Amino acid sequence: MGVNIKSMKREDFKDNEYIDKLVEELNATGANVAVGKLDELINWGRANSLWPLCFGTSCCAIEFMCLGAARYDMARFGFEVARNSPRQADYIMVQGTIVHRMAPALRRLYEQLAEPKYVIACGACAVSGGPFVKSYCVVNGVDRILPVDVYIPGCPPRPEAMFYGLMQLQRKIKVQKFFGGANRKEKIQDFFAEHPEEKGKL
Amino acid sequence: MRDIKTIISKVCPSATFEEGDTLLVTVPEKEWHKFAENLKNNPELGFDVLSAVVGVDWKDSIGVIYYLTSTTHAWDMISVKVVAEDRENPMIHTVSDLWKVANFQEREVYDFYGIKFINHPDMRRFFLRNDWVGHPLRKDYDANPDLNPIRMTDEINEDDTVSYVENEKGEVKAVPGKVFGEDDYVVNIGPQHPSTHGVMRFRASIDGEMVKKVDVVSGYIHRGIEKLCEGLMYPQTLHYTDRMDYMSAHQNRHCLCMCIEKALGLEVPERALYIRTIMDELMRISSHLLSFGCTAMDLGATTAFFYGFRERERVLDIFEKTCGARMSLNYNVIGGVMADIHPDFVKDVHAFLDIMPASLKEYHKVFSGNVIAQNRLKKVGYLSKEDAINYCITGPSGRGSNWSNDCRKKHPYALYDQVEFNEVLEDGCDSFSRYMVRMREIEESCKIIAQLIDKIPEGDIRNPKTPKLIKLPAGRWYQQVEASRGTFGVYIESDGGKNPYRMHFQSPCFNLVGVMDLCCRGYMIADLITIGAALDFVIPDIDR
Repeated sequence: MGVNIKSMKREDFKDNEYIDKLVEELNATGANVAVGKLDELINWGRANSLWPLCFGTSCCAIEFMCLGAARYDMARFGFEVARNSPRQADYIMVQGTIVHRMAPALRRLYEQLAEPKYVIACGACAVSGGPFVKSYCVVNGVDRILPVDVYIPGCPPRPEAMFYGLMQLQRKIKVQKFFGGANRKEKIQDFFAEHPEEKGKL
Repeated sequence: MRDIKTIISKVCPSATFEEGDTLLVTVPEKEWHKFAENLKNNPELGFDVLSAVVGVDWKDSIGVIYYLTSTTHAWDMISVKVVAEDRENPMIHTVSDLWKVANFQEREVYDFYGIKFINHPDMRRFFLRNDWVGHPLRKDYDANPDLNPIRMTDEINEDDTVSYVENEKGEVKAVPGKVFGEDDYVVNIGPQHPSTHGVMRFRASIDGEMVKKVDVVSGYIHRGIEKLCEGLMYPQTLHYTDRMDYMSAHQNRHCLCMCIEKALGLEVPERALYIRTIMDELMRISSHLLSFGCTAMDLGATTAFFYGFRERERVLDIFEKTCGARMSLNYNVIGGVMADIHPDFVKDVHAFLDIMPASLKEYHKVFSGNVIAQNRLKKVGYLSKEDAINYCITGPSGRGSNWSNDCRKKHPYALYDQVEFNEVLEDGCDSFSRYMVRMREIEESCKIIAQLIDKIPEGDIRNPKTPKLIKLPAGRWYQQVEASRGTFGVYIESDGGKNPYRMHFQSPCFNLVGVMDLCCRGYMIADLITIGAALDFVIPDIDR
């Protein structure tokens, strides 16, 4: 069984093995027919109405604005309702460098997102620190402070690359189980247990 | 005209002079404040613009270099070097009472070097957290990450500030203070806010809906570019300029290249100059289009945003064909440009120039003439010409206050002395004037491009004599260009090696955010957003 999304063909993705493996793992224990179908319905809805939080710190944010403008028009895929409040958004797309001063604010924004929530690290800075990796006050990758679902490389990534990343997130959502099985929430708690707030060094 | 050295020697006999890129005047710290008063207020001197404040650690001493220009006299830019007497507990008298722009500039120097400015009203850190250990640009800074881990807790005592006050006997005492009064009602805006154009944080105290005071909290995107540059070779430092003000990527990079070329004495081929000038103006158009779209969106006019971005995409197409990227273009290099223009370049630029006048008309019809836009922008955010000069507000925002400060006219570089264009000035001193200056500058930029595009000569795109390993002779250089948002300056100090000893970027947006307090006072809290939109600052350019 593959994971299909409406906007992009299966063969256009470059990492189908990974998603197949994920599906296999999830189906290993077998799913109840009724629950499985309900899962699919929920995931279909969630994957097609992903609302981003407006969160841009630098250059990537401008490319994200291009995504919202007429030429790239992310409304085609249900991404266009960019929310200014984290409580109404589904995911944070971290666009730009995260520095020490911003880190607690970003973590708080993430905590304020309603479940289920996702994080996309967009651009070289968010993925690894990028060109500023040696700086004294740059967080070398947001995965040090948040559990990241999708990484989009590039400096800044082209709008097409951002779409690719967003569609990867759609696929990831489509294979999630919200009734039993692989519940994301536990993983987030695990992550926070490993990266506690008061712990001095991350 | 009398010699500047004679006048300065008369005013301050202990001053010593050093010729170089600019005249360097060294004055003892004790006499600095009096000398600064003279520089500004003496009718013979009249240095009323403080262009840059650069802190430098010379290992055996630590101090500040001030770059000054005049609007009333035809002096060349001069620099004044002031060295702190004690390296371990450095103190220098503030000049923020004379040039208001020094207020934030000196806070930056304090943050980077730990130099305390005597009598400065508000000596807090500017970029780094208030619990940061050490001052990162000092050469003896301990970069051990254990000292400054990623702290996930909030900063405490954000309201506390300190001022180092000198009494009549010359003793300096720390006087603690508060940013806001006990009874002030403070509204926090940012750092995550859709209308702050990035991650800027304002704390505004309000009386009803009226803004009483705005406290700017910066540093949410401070990436330490200046420190990083000290560890890189000159060609490597270039790519950071594209990531500061990403809407002036070409101009910023042009400036750094020009500064290095000036130090090397390297000529740039004619063809490269043409390409650079055209690219700079295209970048300016794309920046002003984005500014138009964002101003409109901040007022709730989402449709206008789409119009602005429609034309901007066409500029990005031109960039992409030649530079290979839409943003972070990495196009200028030392001695010329990276790659030759795409065969379609001239055709594409002509096509763009053809559509632009009609589009501008459309913008004015959709947005500029709109009654809501007019009511929200006109007579809001008043900034007088005197204040614009004192706060060193350059670029379209300063020209909206009728201050003629266009670097392309004052100190022509590249091909700006060979093209005809007008410096756009408006005398409204309000948000609408600043907005209109940008819209009219698009026309002027189109005019400049139209004069050059058909005349691009054949030849090299890069000086073939550019050395493979670039080493600058020992010395210091300062170079300015007109970026999209104002005068962008680069300061390089070299010790003769292949890395810069000190590299400082004087960004226009840094000064723009300095007038937020002044511009917003007495206006509604909702106007804070439109004033910010019309000033049009880019946060990574402030924080660097």
